[in-house]
Amino acid sequence: MAKFEKSEGFVDWLDQRLAIKKFNKVMMTEYWIPKDINFLWAMGVILATMFAVLLISGIFLLMYYKPDTALAFDSVNYTIMQEVAYGWLFRHIHGVGASVIFLIIYIHMFTGIYYGSYKKGREMIWISGMLLFVLFSAEGFSGYMLPWGQMSYWAAYVITNIFGGIPLIGDELVVWIRGNFFVSDATLTRFFMLHVLLIPLAIAATIGLHFYALRIPHVNTQTGEDVDFDTESERYLAGDKKSAKVIPFWPVFMAKDLFVLSTFLIFFFYLVFFHYNFAMDPVNFDPANDLKTPAHIYPEWYFLWSYEVLRGFFFDIAGIKAFDLGLMAFGFANAIFFLLPWLDRSPTVAPANTRPYFRVWFWLLVIVMIVLSVYGKLPPTGTNAWVGFVSSISFLTLFISLPLVTILERRSSK
Amino acid sequence: MHDKSRRAFIGKAFAGVAGVGAVASLVAMKKTWDPLPSAVSAGFTTVDLSSVEAGKLNVVKWRGKPVFILKHTDDIEKNEIRDLVVGSDRYTVVIGLCTHLGCIPSWNPSDKQFKCACHGGAFDASGVEKFGPPPRPLDIPPFDLKGSELVLGEEGEQYKKIAAAAV
Repeated sequence: MAKFEKSEGFVDWLDQRLAIKKFNKVMMTEYWIPKDINFLWAMGVILATMFAVLLISGIFLLMYYKPDTALAFDSVNYTIMQEVAYGWLFRHIHGVGASVIFLIIYIHMFTGIYYGSYKKGREMIWISGMLLFVLFSAEGFSGYMLPWGQMSYWAAYVITNIFGGIPLIGDELVVWIRGNFFVSDATLTRFFMLHVLLIPLAIAATIGLHFYALRIPHVNTQTGEDVDFDTESERYLAGDKKSAKVIPFWPVFMAKDLFVLSTFLIFFFYLVFFHYNFAMDPVNFDPANDLKTPAHIYPEWYFLWSYEVLRGFFFDIAGIKAFDLGLMAFGFANAIFFLLPWLDRSPTVAPANTRPYFRVWFWLLVIVMIVLSVYGKLPPTGTNAWVGFVSSISFLTLFISLPLVTILERRSSK
Repeated sequence: MHDKSRRAFIGKAFAGVAGVGAVASLVAMKKTWDPLPSAVSAGFTTVDLSSVEAGKLNVVKWRGKPVFILKHTDDIEKNEIRDLVVGSDRYTVVIGLCTHLGCIPSWNPSDKQFKCACHGGAFDASGVEKFGPPPRPLDIPPFDLKGSELVLGEEGEQYKKIAAAAV
């Protein structure tokens, strides 16, 4: 047993038992962040904060929400919205928060792509981040089902039907996921469980992995410079804070980070109080009706690009059914981001704008994803269908051509 | 050496117990998500065909799905494989869910087509796909004909004949 002495106060008492001073050093005051960064490096803390905001607002909604097809709609739209004091606030925080967290996730992701922060030792950061993207997508989808409005119901219907495209077991799999032959009470209660327990648990664990994945390769810089963290941190600790290229996570990095967070939270609560409607689809204020499909079904904005890839293929090609083509493209689009560190064959870690070929690739990707998102919301008829088809093909082509683009770039730079 | 083989043995013993336990747990978990017996056996829907009006779409609910029953007018093209023939009348009996992603198409009497608003799929009056992403015709639900009564959920002679021919 370790040796315990009479403590000199509460902190010392805790320190003898939990080594909190050492822990604080490792996690905060001697966890090193490079100096050469900008406000885009604050997105991680914003995301962690938003997860907490969603968790807390979710806990309050959970106290009145009823996961039952007969009660769910009224428990949200009557009980929570009209009877519970500030119920409307928690619902709007939760709904707007779900939408805004995806905005920040996309900024975070594209920051990583732009600065090349996914390669040369940072692969696990990228993969755990993509896992979080998938988990948050599942969380968003399962949560969207809970108010049991028309959009909830039909989104659940269409998305669970996607599994029907898996060869051999597809039809049985759809029935198994739904727990019935159609989207029903069994479906609602199991997705409720996923939304409030299993997926949040998985998200919390994966956030831990994501943070841990940063420890060894460290955060990237604005230039991609290979900072020697051991030497630079020694310099900082020796008192040469000015010429050291690193700063401690706490309090130096977090001081600025919290300023960015405050700015973000003002914007967020402005949306919650004055512009919450963008996250509250009017169609979802009609109770679910399994015999009436809404005239036009579309997901929330953050799923539009992959939804457009799914439906971009509206005619058969080379004997493969349009449905299967769309499904394959959809599967490809959702899986391919994971492989980015290996599709990029250039060893250069630098901002996209300093890389002659990758720059073009990056901005094309941004444009294609915006076009896909815009057309994902429009009815898929006439010209729209063709724009969807061409941009879906462009999206796939971009990823398939990335190894070639980066190999050519590598050769031209020699 | 002696020690090592004993540890290897208890390691294998643990792996065996854990493996059996894991498989058994997965089976139980899988079955927990299966449709409940009450859902599987839920209801057989009966429709009286004699009251169905020609050219007008009837929608009945069967196991949570809409079933379209359309009595043909003379200007609707015959489909010898898929149509249900009762005496001199012909009917389309299909599950009213687009075979693309399960939206409910609507009946458009002017051009005698079922049209799906979600992704633009179109089917003719017999439920055969004519345009857009649907991969196959509208599905035909199992049914049995008892006099002029159609029982959805039972597999009768006519159903088996249509199902066999349609494949």
